Amino acid sequence: MNAGAENGAAMTHQPIPLAPPKRVRLKVEQASYAYSATDRSAPKFTLGPVSFEAQQRELVAILGPNASGKSTLLKLLAGLIKPLSGRVEVDGTEVSELDLRTRAQQIALVSQESELLFPLRVWEYVLQGRYPYGKRLRFESDEDCLLAGNALAQVGADALRDRWMEQLSGGEKQRVILARALAQQPSLLLLDEPTQHLDIGGKVELLRRLRRLADENRYTVVVVTHELNLAAEFSDRIALLHKGKCLRIGEPGEVYQQEVLEEVFEAPLEVEKRSSGRPRVILRGSH
Amino acid sequence: MRPLTPRRILSICGLLATVLFVTVVISLRVGAYPISMRDIVITLFNGAIGRGDTSEFSQVIFGLRLPRIALGILVGAALSTSGAGFQALLRNPLADPYVLGVSSGAALGAMLSLIIAPHTVGAIQLAAFVGAAATIAAVYFLGRRGGQLDSATLLLAGIIAASFLSAIIIFLLTLVNGPGLRSMTFWLMGDLTAPAPTQNVLGWFGFLYFVFVVAAGAMYTTSSDLNLILTGEQEAGHLGVNVTRVKLVVYVAASVLTGLAVSVSGTIGYVGLLVPHVMRMLFGTDYRLLIPTSAIGGAIVIVLADTLGRTIVAPTELPVGAMTALAGAPVFIYLMRRRIR
Repeated sequence: MNAGAENGAAMTHQPIPLAPPKRVRLKVEQASYAYSATDRSAPKFTLGPVSFEAQQRELVAILGPNASGKSTLLKLLAGLIKPLSGRVEVDGTEVSELDLRTRAQQIALVSQESELLFPLRVWEYVLQGRYPYGKRLRFESDEDCLLAGNALAQVGADALRDRWMEQLSGGEKQRVILARALAQQPSLLLLDEPTQHLDIGGKVELLRRLRRLADENRYTVVVVTHELNLAAEFSDRIALLHKGKCLRIGEPGEVYQQEVLEEVFEAPLEVEKRSSGRPRVILRGSH
Repeated sequence: MRPLTPRRILSICGLLATVLFVTVVISLRVGAYPISMRDIVITLFNGAIGRGDTSEFSQVIFGLRLPRIALGILVGAALSTSGAGFQALLRNPLADPYVLGVSSGAALGAMLSLIIAPHTVGAIQLAAFVGAAATIAAVYFLGRRGGQLDSATLLLAGIIAASFLSAIIIFLLTLVNGPGLRSMTFWLMGDLTAPAPTQNVLGWFGFLYFVFVVAAGAMYTTSSDLNLILTGEQEAGHLGVNVTRVKLVVYVAASVLTGLAVSVSGTIGYVGLLVPHVMRMLFGTDYRLLIPTSAIGGAIVIVLADTLGRTIVAPTELPVGAMTALAGAPVFIYLMRRRIR
């Protein structure tokens, strides 16, 4: 059973078996990429090579300062760009070989901002997530409506369904955008700086929700973020990028080393270990 | 949650088609030579069964009003569909073939074909399409700032293109006196007085309507994709839309539709802006419904505007382009000030 079907099963309230064996969902092998101004000029930016794996139910955070290659790595994972070398696989299939609709059924990418040209109701927006499952000129089925409704419920936005998108607050909009991604029934959920326009309460709520989605619905979630402490709190694995290179990858406790973080972020930082065993980063001299 | 269904599209289009029918009947009745409903029915019936009718009614209806109405329906539908397409293609609610200079490009192409190859069948339509396609390509590239399409720059580029192309049209009309070149008013303001060919009128209309159905049909096949492109091209790509293919189809189809309309009516402004916005306000933003409703709505607006244009100052006539500009320009300003989203 593929992950999309698994998520569909979860949405129709079928019991999820307890502690099923985890399996590798995302596999990145020596993937690299380079941007050039023209085909013949020297690359302006190079990423990689990067290697890591992520399993079902895992939440992976990609961290790093600006221009470290986070968004480029996310585009590689989403199949929007093809690696110069290496491979990116989702459920055993190379992402760049998937056709557009199949890719959209397996991978959902939540971008930073959604800019609408004309007014749209929340339910109309979320129903767009069902596009990859139809023919070219399609009309939504009852099943599409059910799945879109379930996606809204999963992010706690049921009450928003008849509101206009432009009337939503930042946090509400972020939840609705996430609901559209869930309506795609992907196995891999990618988010590009989803906490950017949220207050601290909204950030915590979003990360908690993503954690729950990964745990309960077996998504593999990859989040690009600048939030060091929230990433440490909620993720299983962290990839730390710096100047296009993946410096560290592993559990938060392994990655958060004071000297590494200070070098990467060019700031006086200190790493504490909390009672939960997870690290916390603070500004040195701030307590 | 009430998703759009084919049944809803058919019922709304049926309603609009009824309004169009009533408009056509009114247009047949009124004018410098009023005709009663009874005479219209008898004349149309005689015409339909092929009974020879040499009455004045028959000459007015079949010789003047019906061809003009058929042309109005085609032009209105083509311009409105094209406007809806340009608004999605350029992601700009103020896009319209006239405002963007596309109509002027088509007019210049049509004029050149009349000067160079006046007797070649279909050359005027083809040349108008080439003129429209070249203009929108130029405006698209002029409208970019820093690699991104900028709404204000795009409109400015369109206005500049329109005024430049209009100047060339005036220049050519002043210098050249080619066969069938028609008046300056026709190319700059647009009207529906173009005489149909004396032979094979049905074949001529059949050709025009066939081109319309193919181009509008091609655009309609992308309507689900356009709904997603309206929320952002990148996001549409993430959801599985082949954005490049869709944009190419809409670009060609909208250019064909503009070229088609301009080749027979000159440059009629604001219909492509006004009608899709009214339809959005009435029936929502879904392109699966917007394209057919805009087509029928555009037909209603042009037939109505032309009827008013030839009756309010009868026996003199106002060109239909002047009527649409009178209504469209204030709406354009209103939309621009509201910065409609």
